[in-house]
Amino acid sequence: MNETSGVKFVSAISKGSSASVKLIDIAKSFGQVKALAGLTIEIGPGELVALLGPSGCGKTTALRALAGLQDLDRGQILVDDKDITYLAASRRNMGMVFQSYSLFPHMSALANVEYGLTLKAHKTSSDLRAAKGKELLELVGLSSHARHFPHQLSGGQQQRIALARALAISPQVLLLDEPLSALDAKVRTQLRDEIRRIQLEVGTTTVFVTHDQEEALGIADRVGVMRNGILEQIAAPAELYDRPATAFVAEFVGLTNQILGNVSNGVIEILGVKVPTLAGSISSGAGIALVRPETLKIIPNPTGSGRIFAASFLGASCRLTIDLPNHSRIVAQVPSSDAAQLGAGANVDVSFRSNPIFVKPVE
Amino acid sequence: MKIWRRTILILVAFYLLLPIAAMADFSTKSLSGRRGFDSWRAIFQQPDLISAIMVSLELAAIVIALVFFLVVPTVVWVHLKLPRLRRVIEVICLLPLAIPGIVLVVGVSSIYRWISIHISESPLTLAAVYSMLVLPYTYRSLSASLNSVDVHTLAEAARTLGASTYKMLFGIVMPTIRSGVMSGAVISIALVLGEFTLSSLLNFQTMQVEINLVGQSDGGVAVAISLAALLFVFLLLVAIPTTINRKSQELETELA
Repeated sequence: MNETSGVKFVSAISKGSSASVKLIDIAKSFGQVKALAGLTIEIGPGELVALLGPSGCGKTTALRALAGLQDLDRGQILVDDKDITYLAASRRNMGMVFQSYSLFPHMSALANVEYGLTLKAHKTSSDLRAAKGKELLELVGLSSHARHFPHQLSGGQQQRIALARALAISPQVLLLDEPLSALDAKVRTQLRDEIRRIQLEVGTTTVFVTHDQEEALGIADRVGVMRNGILEQIAAPAELYDRPATAFVAEFVGLTNQILGNVSNGVIEILGVKVPTLAGSISSGAGIALVRPETLKIIPNPTGSGRIFAASFLGASCRLTIDLPNHSRIVAQVPSSDAAQLGAGANVDVSFRSNPIFVKPVE
Repeated sequence: MKIWRRTILILVAFYLLLPIAAMADFSTKSLSGRRGFDSWRAIFQQPDLISAIMVSLELAAIVIALVFFLVVPTVVWVHLKLPRLRRVIEVICLLPLAIPGIVLVVGVSSIYRWISIHISESPLTLAAVYSMLVLPYTYRSLSASLNSVDVHTLAEAARTLGASTYKMLFGIVMPTIRSGVMSGAVISIALVLGEFTLSSLLNFQTMQVEINLVGQSDGGVAVAISLAALLFVFLLLVAIPTTINRKSQELETELA
């Protein structure tokens, strides 16, 4: 059983119907807890959108509502502009992959993949069903495991079968509920790439829920960051990272240093350097700049005001913890090739690249 | 270690088989000490006994049907849809264990009096109280099965793939908890075929009541019947799960 086997291209797999999805002001409370507090989001046909956020932010509730597994207190769900808010889950034609694999234990891998098609037996002949089942198993690289039962498969293999099963019904929308979180790191990265490759090949509109930002940024066309049941920001991964719209997004996605400075006219002065601020930042007065470690410029200088407290080698890059003259401590990340003279105890000058940064008010 | 295991196995087998061997010995020995199968032949000359055995078998079949079509779907539905009621259902199902047989008889005797006057005097009406008696055992085995797998997610997966409630229940959930259903069924059969207190106190002629009656006049025949019943139940317990297994596989194929 080769966990790392690649995915074959199978041109015969029918393209999924790429539907548009709109969640309009959807809300759901569980007792006093508001899981969704008026979430609105639009997803284009064929797009892969990742919903990212901390535990309890409502991302899974939103996905379950879209699947029809969760009733809503308020709001509307449209797929291709058709209202499906009150449509039963079994009639929504949405393939879902769960965190816990959820393969039917009494069925073989092939029977699991074919299950959705057998329910549409009047529309699918048994030959077509078997052919499609085999093609999908090939698509996920497990055609040799057709007769295996779930307990004979590894976690990664089970999740691939679950993906094939979800795709078998040619879903309008593919829903992935933290599908990689039960897998080990290596398999997770491989399967993430495979999911993206298959999604691009099949072209199905996909919603991917995760709490892992690396996963979300690595797989999605757009990433929606959620907090307290609402969407804080939805944008392409690079934009989300470089131009966060709120302090929460800036702090939740990636690492940030918090450096005190003064803002005036859309510019903040920190450590003697003037840096433009992002939209949504405070407009004047004292503020806390949220600075990405890789936007710091570290220049070796024996008379520099900063002093490297610790240096960690991370492979392609090196992470430096630097003590500043004002007794604050910041983290910088520089390419390993530039870090030869940047050992612990070295004096350095700290500067900034010209990237605009987000500034939040001093609490 | 191997010797220890074998010794323990032999001791346990001896402990379990000794009474059966004693029964076989007693039922094949006449008062004069002569060996023979007179007591065994006498079984077939007891018409009341044969009809009592049939009644017990019919009762077991009815109870199994009630368990399959009432208890199992209810427990599964509560597990999937009404988790808040789980504790209440559990307490209700376990009540027969806590209530002594005699108290149960006092409680149901007035109902059975009414039933015998207005509905039927058939001993098959005992199925109602028997299905109550088997509840603790069927509930526990079902509950253990339901808790051992994430049935909730399996049900949701089936629904997203287009399964109706019926297909989700009988095509996915039931096969997943088949072992629990099977143990529940086997325990129910054993309990119904071995039950004496209720049927005796409510004056119904079931197998155990009849064995007791025969035993009062001929000990050898009573022991022969008991041994035959024991072997018969043993065979039944092997045959029924196999049949149920095959039938449910046919149903799965049909639903798939």
